[in-house]
Amino acid sequence: MNLNNEVILNAKLYKVGGEMDQKEIEVLQLLENNGRLETDAIAKMINLSVEETEKLIYKLEEEGAILGYSTVINWSKVLEYEGVTAMIDVKVTPVRGLGFDKLAERMYRFPEVKAVYLMSGAYDLSVSVEGKTMMEISRFVSEKLSTLDNVLSTTTHFVLKKYKHDGVIFDDDDDDKRIVVSP
Amino acid sequence: MIDQSTSFLSDNVVNLKPSGIRRFFDLASAMDNVISLGVGEPDFVTPWNVIEASFHSLEQGYTAYTANAGLYELRQKIHEYLKTNFTLDYQPEDQILVTVGASQAIDLALRSVVNPGDEVIVVEPSFVAYAPIVSLAGGVPVTIDTNPDDEFKLQPQQIEAAITPKTKAIILCSPNNPTGTVLNKQELAEIATVIEKYNLLAISDEIYAELTYDEPFTSFASMEGMKERTILISGFSKAFAMTGWRLGYAAGPSSIISAMTKIHQYAMMSAPTMAQHGALEALTNGQKSVEKMKTSYRQRRNFVVHALTEMGLDCHLPGGAFYVFPSIKKTGLTSEEFAEQLLKKQHVAVVPGNVFGESGEGYIRCSYASSLKQLDEAMKRMKRFIADLD
Ligand SMILES: Cc1ncc(COP(=O)(O)O)c(C=O)c1O
Repeated sequence: MNLNNEVILNAKLYKVGGEMDQKEIEVLQLLENNGRLETDAIAKMINLSVEETEKLIYKLEEEGAILGYSTVINWSKVLEYEGVTAMIDVKVTPVRGLGFDKLAERMYRFPEVKAVYLMSGAYDLSVSVEGKTMMEISRFVSEKLSTLDNVLSTTTHFVLKKYKHDGVIFDDDDDDKRIVVSP
Repeated sequence: MIDQSTSFLSDNVVNLKPSGIRRFFDLASAMDNVISLGVGEPDFVTPWNVIEASFHSLEQGYTAYTANAGLYELRQKIHEYLKTNFTLDYQPEDQILVTVGASQAIDLALRSVVNPGDEVIVVEPSFVAYAPIVSLAGGVPVTIDTNPDDEFKLQPQQIEAAITPKTKAIILCSPNNPTGTVLNKQELAEIATVIEKYNLLAISDEIYAELTYDEPFTSFASMEGMKERTILISGFSKAFAMTGWRLGYAAGPSSIISAMTKIHQYAMMSAPTMAQHGALEALTNGQKSVEKMKTSYRQRRNFVVHALTEMGLDCHLPGGAFYVFPSIKKTGLTSEEFAEQLLKKQHVAVVPGNVFGESGEGYIRCSYASSLKQLDEAMKRMKRFIADLD
């Protein structure tokens, strides 16, 4: 292998990317799309060495920019899996001095709760809950959520089918439809 | 029974050399589990807003021909687009023609300017269609071989050396298919000087203009004095991932565009209407999608260049398009042998460089318009292939 050539090439590549912030954003975007991307591949794509890339990712983890790595799973493909998701619209009376945050925390600490958002519009908090059965979720809503202080009302919507989640289309036909060789 | 039908064929078509790409297509199509880096088009599907706009136009009943030159609104948008992005000023009324792909624009351009025996300079390695279309138009393609030591950049003195009293035009292509090479402003200026000196016409195929990764793109037509002697060719296939829509355009001096429109109105009538409506949306709201695809191409380019270098294949850093053009000379194989053995042993398809002209011998074209997963696997297989050669 012509090592000389490699060094020159890399020097040329390194020049291209611009400052570090840009690379950090690129790494975050790449990992957001695919948390399993190998460090070696990321390094090549952004023109850093593997060590530099490892360091950069570690820094992003330490700073809390990267919170974790999860996998998007289409559970409907798993026949044995039973589970339901519900989106619950919650109306509350905010507590003086505490606002919505305290109440939101009392909700999101439950492990059944997968997401909580403060919303503008007809209701205040949107709470996404996962459970084994509709019964289980109903029980959670009536016993845990609606009994919280300051919760005025809840409206529960059960998810019937997931088409797209977090930017990922379920059941997407991603076959390559191009001819194998073209000009 | 003897088949008489071949006797009906014109000499023109019989003498046309068969496409080298065709052979590889047949080989690769016959195999399973092939990862193809041989594809000259984006792996992305057309942005949804473009597809949706085209649906909408159909729902609204826009199913008839358009004006020969294309929808006026689209030409207006092309005018604005060229102005904003490349500081070019072409009038939608008579300096822009909407065509069936850049391919048809190239065909119309050549048919509009070539007299029998006129020479047209084709800079190789090049897109496979130029020389055959020159011949079909009655012209004589004269090739210039660019040099790998110049990163396949056309040198002005090479043009001078190729010029004869019969030289009419030169076809330029930057960013280039198959080399990925981009000519910068300075290099274009030097070429422009020669073109002006010898009173040549330039046909500048700028279909990859949006896809440059290191430096902003400069249009040849924007060089001083070049607008009146340049036919700008572009289209929607590459940057907007719209190859199957078959939509492109030409922009140039009104006399030439009007000549091209004359042929177009007889031979084609108008470009597909639903595609024109899609293109209108692409130019109006498509820039964000282009940027996203571009980021992805840049990352994949870097990935592939590093991976090829690691396995010992030298290649220059291509500034644009979505191809890398590594040298395979040190394997001792010809381009065809390399590509064929790689396909048979590791099921990876690349295009042998010689199909793009003799100067492409010793090189292969690898397209990085494939998912990173595919590219990663392809690079692993290629590395194995090379290791097994030694
Ligand atoms: C350099 C070049 N010009 C023109 C074309 C044809 O483009 P279109 O799909 O617009 O006909 C291609 C497609 O591969 C190309 O690479």
